[in-house]
Amino acid sequence: MSAPLLEARAVTRRYRMPRESLFRAPPVLTAVDSASFILERGETLGIVGESGSGKSTLARMVMAFETPDAGQILFDGQDLGQLSAGDLRRQRQRFQMVFQDPFGSLDPRRSVGWSIAEPLRAIGAENRAHRVAEALEQVNLHAADAEKYPHEFSGGQRQRIAIARAIVTRPELIVADEAVSALDVSVQAQILNLLMDLQDELGLAMLFISHDLAVVASICDQILVMQHGKSIEQGRATEVLNAPTQDYTKSLLIAAGA
Amino acid sequence: MKTRLPVNFLIGAVLVALVLGAAALSLVWTPHDFAQMNIKAKFGPASSTYWLGTDQLGRDVVSQLMAAARNSMTVALAAVLIGGSIGTALGLLASAIGGWVEDLVMRIADIGFAFPALLFAIMLAAVFGPSLTNAVLAISFINIPVFARVARASANQVWTREYVAAAQAAGLNRAVISWDHILPNIGAAIIVQATIEFAVAILAEAALSYLGLGAQPPAPSWGRMLSEAQTLMYLAPQLAIYPGLCIVAAVLGFGLLGDGLRDITDPRLSRER
Repeated sequence: MSAPLLEARAVTRRYRMPRESLFRAPPVLTAVDSASFILERGETLGIVGESGSGKSTLARMVMAFETPDAGQILFDGQDLGQLSAGDLRRQRQRFQMVFQDPFGSLDPRRSVGWSIAEPLRAIGAENRAHRVAEALEQVNLHAADAEKYPHEFSGGQRQRIAIARAIVTRPELIVADEAVSALDVSVQAQILNLLMDLQDELGLAMLFISHDLAVVASICDQILVMQHGKSIEQGRATEVLNAPTQDYTKSLLIAAGA
Repeated sequence: MKTRLPVNFLIGAVLVALVLGAAALSLVWTPHDFAQMNIKAKFGPASSTYWLGTDQLGRDVVSQLMAAARNSMTVALAAVLIGGSIGTALGLLASAIGGWVEDLVMRIADIGFAFPALLFAIMLAAVFGPSLTNAVLAISFINIPVFARVARASANQVWTREYVAAAQAAGLNRAVISWDHILPNIGAAIIVQATIEFAVAILAEAALSYLGLGAQPPAPSWGRMLSEAQTLMYLAPQLAIYPGLCIVAAVLGFGLLGDGLRDITDPRLSRER
């Protein structure tokens, strides 16, 4: 059996807090505490947990914005922490991210087409205009929208643009960190449907991070529950939702009204 | 227009337009040759020939003021461009690399800040001799830490934006991101600072020329006109007043324009109007 697309092995990330006293070591916050999970190709793993549970830090490590203090993140069997800076940059086209804030994730001074083409420029791809147009149509926008600027679009449309940028390199994995949390409920549904359609169409795997259990339940094959930086439960979505083994998962489900 | 332009911006714009207009006009036309002496007409009163009279050597004051404006603008422009480019580049670099490099660059900038600017210019003149070029270099140099600080502070903010994270996720290196995203998004702050530093540079040039370390005769300069008029204060006070007013107008104009630009580009920083 080949390696899973993405695997976290006992990943730990600590942050040093500001010193409280000159004579004591600065306090350390353990944001992620030996968390583990496995994401197979083409599947969606939802990570749930309350704010401060380490979900976003885990996502940042998957994106290799930060390196774990202990443990490994394995993408397609290779440890991201062991890659050289150049190798890592070349691998980045294979995993892309959709951010939370549709108003902050696009440079206001750059046209939409410019922003979507950015990952293509990074790898020196040919035929950029064509691929940008294709990506825009895949997210149900128009090829002509490439000329416009972010302020001409609504939040939902901007999130589509952000998704277009994420899929333009034809990645194998999309990390979506609270990608629909900033949107209206009706727009949320549209974006979730779009993500699921794209997943079928392109065979993407998705790491879907959300504090909203209902959203995760609607889109994910697998669910990972996090609490205080620890991964406390991973299983098939139906199993975790219907027969949780952990008290914390049960209380999350009750809080969500399930 | 939806919002009214701030008053300081309008006043600044008018003053700057006057000074720049006079400087530009002097390139093609002045009422008289500014260096043309006419001893018979020295200390002449304001008249239809000599609008603001003549100085101790019978030179036309208006023509001198106009030519001095050009001189002053050139020095300020060169100094702000040189100092601003180097300072902004250093600030961007510090922000992009972070860590000890950032600390080092900023601590050096702090030292540059703490060093009295005019003292440095005098030192430069003492070593390399007084000249306009050295004045430009001195003023450029004192601008570097100012721009380094502004650029680094603004850049650090932009680095936290999600579109920068997206660019990193795309696999771009920090140099490309600095150029593509950081610089365009700190442009407003840099332009505001440049306008304010333009005012500072005009004042510095006037001060250096007053001390004899800037423009050398016969090149006209407000600062030098002021120092020459100083000994004649009781005889012809207007000769000191005119260049003085010009310096005030130029410095005030660029200062207000910079403040106004800041109010327009960053409403959060503006005071209640």
